[in-house]
Amino acid sequence: MTDYSQTANSAQVARQKTMAVLAAAPAEAVAEKFGALPTPAYDLVRKPETGLVMVRGRMGGTGSPFNLGEVTVTRCVVRLETGETGNAYSLGRDKQKALQSAVIDALWQRDETRARIETEVIAPLAAAQEQSDAAVKDETEATKVNFFTMVRGDN
Amino acid sequence: MYVAVKGGEKAIRNAHKLLAKRRRGDTSVPALTLDQIAQQLAHSVARVMGEGSLYDETLAALAIKQARGDLIEAAFLIRAYRTTLPRFGYSQPIDTAKMLVERRISATYKDLPGGQVLGPTFDYSHRLLDFALAAEAENGEVDYPVETAPADTETMPRVTDLLGDEGLMEPDPVTPEDTPVGDLTREPLSFPADRDLRLQNLARGDEGFLLALAYSTQRGYGRTHPFAGEIRYGEVEVEFFAEELGFEITLGKIKVTECQMINQFKGSAKAAPTFTRGYGLVFGQVERKAMSMAMVDRSLRIHELGEEQVAPAQDTEFVLSHSDNIQATGFVEHLKLPHYVDFQAELDLVRRMRAEWFEKRQQEESGEIAQEAAE
Repeated sequence: MTDYSQTANSAQVARQKTMAVLAAAPAEAVAEKFGALPTPAYDLVRKPETGLVMVRGRMGGTGSPFNLGEVTVTRCVVRLETGETGNAYSLGRDKQKALQSAVIDALWQRDETRARIETEVIAPLAAAQEQSDAAVKDETEATKVNFFTMVRGDN
Repeated sequence: MYVAVKGGEKAIRNAHKLLAKRRRGDTSVPALTLDQIAQQLAHSVARVMGEGSLYDETLAALAIKQARGDLIEAAFLIRAYRTTLPRFGYSQPIDTAKMLVERRISATYKDLPGGQVLGPTFDYSHRLLDFALAAEAENGEVDYPVETAPADTETMPRVTDLLGDEGLMEPDPVTPEDTPVGDLTREPLSFPADRDLRLQNLARGDEGFLLALAYSTQRGYGRTHPFAGEIRYGEVEVEFFAEELGFEITLGKIKVTECQMINQFKGSAKAAPTFTRGYGLVFGQVERKAMSMAMVDRSLRIHELGEEQVAPAQDTEFVLSHSDNIQATGFVEHLKLPHYVDFQAELDLVRRMRAEWFEKRQQEESGEIAQEAAE
C-alpha cells in the first residue's frame, strides 16, 4: 500500500517537473520540439483558454498572504486516441504553446513515448533553462561587493 | 455631475483618426515593435504592469505604444483589458527566499550570508547624459560586454529572517491558512482596511503618490526611522493548485522587487523591545516604489503598534482612497466632459446673486443720498 502511494507520488512529482519545464520554455522552443515529434491523434477536452491567476505574496516574506496582482495564464487539456489526458498551464497568452504543451504532457504519460519525450523534449528544454539561469547568476556574481566600514577617527 | 450630450460624433471620429496619425508620428521613422518596448523600456513596462495590476510584458508594451508612452493611460488600458478575462484562481504565495536573485543589497549589514550583489542599477552612475546612446542607432549594433564570475551556491536568506533568529525583529503576522484574504478586484475598498487589503492597494498604487508619502514620513510627517534592511530583485516561480489535476503546478517565473524596511522599536511590559517592519513587493524592477510601499505600509500600521496619528501618511483612508491613479485620473479628467447643465445652473445662481448685490447696494446708496439730503 505504502509502496503504491510512493510510486504514485513520485510519478506525480516527475509530471510536475515535466509540466514546469514546458511552462517555463519559450513558445518557439516548444514549437520546435513539437514539430520534430510525430503528431498523435488527439481530442481537445478544453480548448486553449487565456485567463487570470491572482498572485499572492506574504507579509514580510513569511507572514500571512495578500494579493499582489494578476498574471495572464493560458491552459489547455487534450486526450490522446490512446486515452492519456494531457494538461498545460503556463504564464502568458500563447494558445499554440498551451496546446502543444498539453499534447507533449499526454505523450509523456504514455509508456511507449515517455522516454522519447524525456530525452528529446524535456531534457534539452530543462538544460537550456539551467544554462540561462546559470548565466544570470554568473553575471550577477561579478557585481558582488565588499563594503569596508571606515571607522571614524581611526587613522 | 455631467449630463449626456448628443452630437459631435463626426468630430470625435475625426479626432480619433488624428490621434492615430499623431501617435504613429513621422512614418519615415520606423514604428516601435513591442519587443523593443519590452526589452529597452523595461522600467516603463514594469510600472504599467504594477499599476495596471497585471503581469504580462507584451500587453504592457502594447499599452505603452497605444498610449503614446502615457504610463497612467497604459495602466488604465491594462485594467480595462483584465476585465475581459476569466479568473482561474489564486496562486500559492510566492517564496522570495527562493528567488533567482539579480540584485540584493542591505543598508544595515555589510556582511551577510550570500553577500551583496549590485546587479543592474543606476545607483552608482553619474547622472550625465550618454551621447553614445544617441549615436547608437546610426552606428549599428554595439556590444555591451559584461564580466562574469562563478556563482557560489550559498543561499540568500532574507535579512529580516537573520534578525528574527536573534529575536530582535518582530515576527511576520501569521494567520491560519484558511483565513480569507481580501481582494480589491472582488469587493471594493472599505474601512478600516486590514493589512492584506492595504498591501494590495499599495502594490498597485501610483509610484509618485507613494514616493511623496514615503518622503513626507522622512521629513517628519509621521516619522518611522527606516533602514533599508534588504532590497532584492529577481525571478520567482508562480505556483498554482490545479483542481482538476489535484496537485500544484508551476506556471512560470515573474520578476519582482521586494523591500524590507526595518524601523524603530515596539515593546511593552509583556514583550521585549524589537525592531518593527514595513514590507514592499512589486512586479518588475521598481525599487523606488518597493521602498516607498514598505515605508507607507509601516506608517499605516499605527493602530496595531499603538502610535498616534499625526500625519497624512498614517491616515489609512486618506492614503488608500487616493493611491489608485486610475481612479484619480478618472475623477480629475472627467472635469473635461460636458458640464453644461451644471454650469448653466451655477451661471443662473451667480447672476441672481449679483443682481441682489447690486440691488442692495443701490438701495444703500439711495438711502445714503436721502440721508445726506435730509441733513
